Amino acid sequence: MRSHLLVLLLLAVLALLPQVAGQYHLTLMIPFFAYGIALLGFNLLFGYTGLLSFGHALFVGIGAYAAAAITSKLGLRSFELILVASAVGAFLVAIPVGLLSVRYTKIFFGMLTLAFGMLFHSFLFKFYDITGGDGGMRVLRPSLLGMDLSTLDKTAFLTGPFYYYCLVLLGFAGLAMWRMVNSPFGLHLKAIRENPRKAEYLGVRVRLYRLFAFLISAMYCAMGGAILAVSTGLADPELAYWTHSGNLVFMVVLGGFANFLGPIVGAFSFIFLQDQLMSLTQYWRFFLGATLALIVILFPRGLMGLLQDLGGRFRAAEAPAPQRISHELGTERVNP
Amino acid sequence: MTSVIDILLGGLFHAAVLFLVAAGLQLVFGVQKIVNLACGSFYALGAYFGISCVNWALALGLPPSLFLPVLIGSGILMATVAPPIEALLRTVYRRDESFQLLLTFSLVLMTQDVLRIVWGPTPQHLGTLSMTYGKVAVGSVTIPTYNLLVILASIAIAALLGFFLQRTRFGRILRATAENRDMSAALGVNVKWVYASVFTLGTMLGTVGGALVVPTSAASLDMAVELVVEAFAVVVIGGLGSMRGALAGAVIVGLMRAAAVTVYPELEMLAIYLIVIAVLIARPAGLFGKAAI
Repeated sequence: MRSHLLVLLLLAVLALLPQVAGQYHLTLMIPFFAYGIALLGFNLLFGYTGLLSFGHALFVGIGAYAAAAITSKLGLRSFELILVASAVGAFLVAIPVGLLSVRYTKIFFGMLTLAFGMLFHSFLFKFYDITGGDGGMRVLRPSLLGMDLSTLDKTAFLTGPFYYYCLVLLGFAGLAMWRMVNSPFGLHLKAIRENPRKAEYLGVRVRLYRLFAFLISAMYCAMGGAILAVSTGLADPELAYWTHSGNLVFMVVLGGFANFLGPIVGAFSFIFLQDQLMSLTQYWRFFLGATLALIVILFPRGLMGLLQDLGGRFRAAEAPAPQRISHELGTERVNP
Repeated sequence: MTSVIDILLGGLFHAAVLFLVAAGLQLVFGVQKIVNLACGSFYALGAYFGISCVNWALALGLPPSLFLPVLIGSGILMATVAPPIEALLRTVYRRDESFQLLLTFSLVLMTQDVLRIVWGPTPQHLGTLSMTYGKVAVGSVTIPTYNLLVILASIAIAALLGFFLQRTRFGRILRATAENRDMSAALGVNVKWVYASVFTLGTMLGTVGGALVVPTSAASLDMAVELVVEAFAVVVIGGLGSMRGALAGAVIVGLMRAAAVTVYPELEMLAIYLIVIAVLIARPAGLFGKAAI
């Protein structure tokens, strides 16, 4: 109950933010929404099913290029159409990629997804006539819910209608994911993560469920990619490069993959940390890398894990609490 | 015929460098069970440092014909970065492999900026220095002697590595530790020390590889992340953890790339990833791997 209230409060704060925050920070919120949605999906695969993909930038790229192709090649502007097209596109690509990848786990799964991601990247990079090569493709201003917003200037569009649109989208994506992870489907996935063989004995169709998780994560990533491309106005091959996949994992671990809200917290902290570092120094990659090293070594449960520990200590100080049962995922995986 | 020899020699040169980096990756994975994404960063470090060393040496009056030993020496010297990094990795040996992968990814991010701080954002190169050794004719094509020397050096290193792993006492200890870390420790092997030396050796292969490549192509900030995926392709095709696999994989990837560049440039990397995917699907353990999944 308390967590429901907290989430509602957070949504209310986000909804009121345009009234108080400056334009600059509001434009940063769009990539946050984009990565928030993408990572919710990514974490279904990583945090809940236990499969670490190093190639999900592929699907972010599909979303971005779908937005580019629809707006600048087909001349259609509806953002709803873009979202549907990116989800369908990602779904169709994810079927063969997923079918082949989920036969493996661990490092082999990671490497196979990395290879698929790089395959897509070199396709984008080399087939200049179709994809614009390293210059990428332009993404034109979409219309939202049939409203033509091309008269607004870019900042007004991003901080106004598009902000609320993405916020609502994140809300629905989060709600859908929450329902999924708490359904029997989500329990199946967790069982697979904890012990695939035991899950199989109990009648769970391990590969099929892994594939489902893969498909859903791909669609979430593609929708995030579409938002990302609209905010920058460009779909370029870097979006599908393997280091971008690495950044996705970075964000999830930063927030804490063992927590439902971890990916969202991770996306938010990453975007604003990166922005701060970039304004302070041109060597921001170094400090970003150092942050990642620090998180991995000292706080493997991420920011949410840290918060929970602090909260736990606070509550423990109030009253001698009963043994806290770790309902969180992944802690066992951290220290096997 | 000319173009076939061209492809062969170009491909083998690329394979020679790739083999060094991939062998480092294999060694570290074989013993420490860590997939080191930073192997490309070591390669880049070796390349930049090699350029600086050669320039210093030339400024000090070294005859240009001696640049090859300087490059190899600089590569070996650069491997001194390995022990502190190994100390960092030590914190995650017992953790889930996703954390190990991420820690090496953080090294990739950090090294990229270290290169930028020390050497600046513009690519560095050694000009026409590699031509000091002249050219040789192979059949109807001429290639720089330097390229041939690198191929020979790589073959020599491969042979040395094979001898070292199979025939020496340290090689046996190393293989035992790779097989079963705890049992080796129980039998009195200083595992910590083995890990540190293996990681240093793996790094050295990467830095020497980077140093050897710079006379023929510029050192740039992107070379690290670009090479990682190729080295990955090599180890996947050859089989994770296998030295013979690294050799076979490097030759396949090197030749494939050279052939694709000449025949159909659009396919360059695409062809390699297609092979990787095909191998992973048909024979996930790779050509020489034994790891059962």
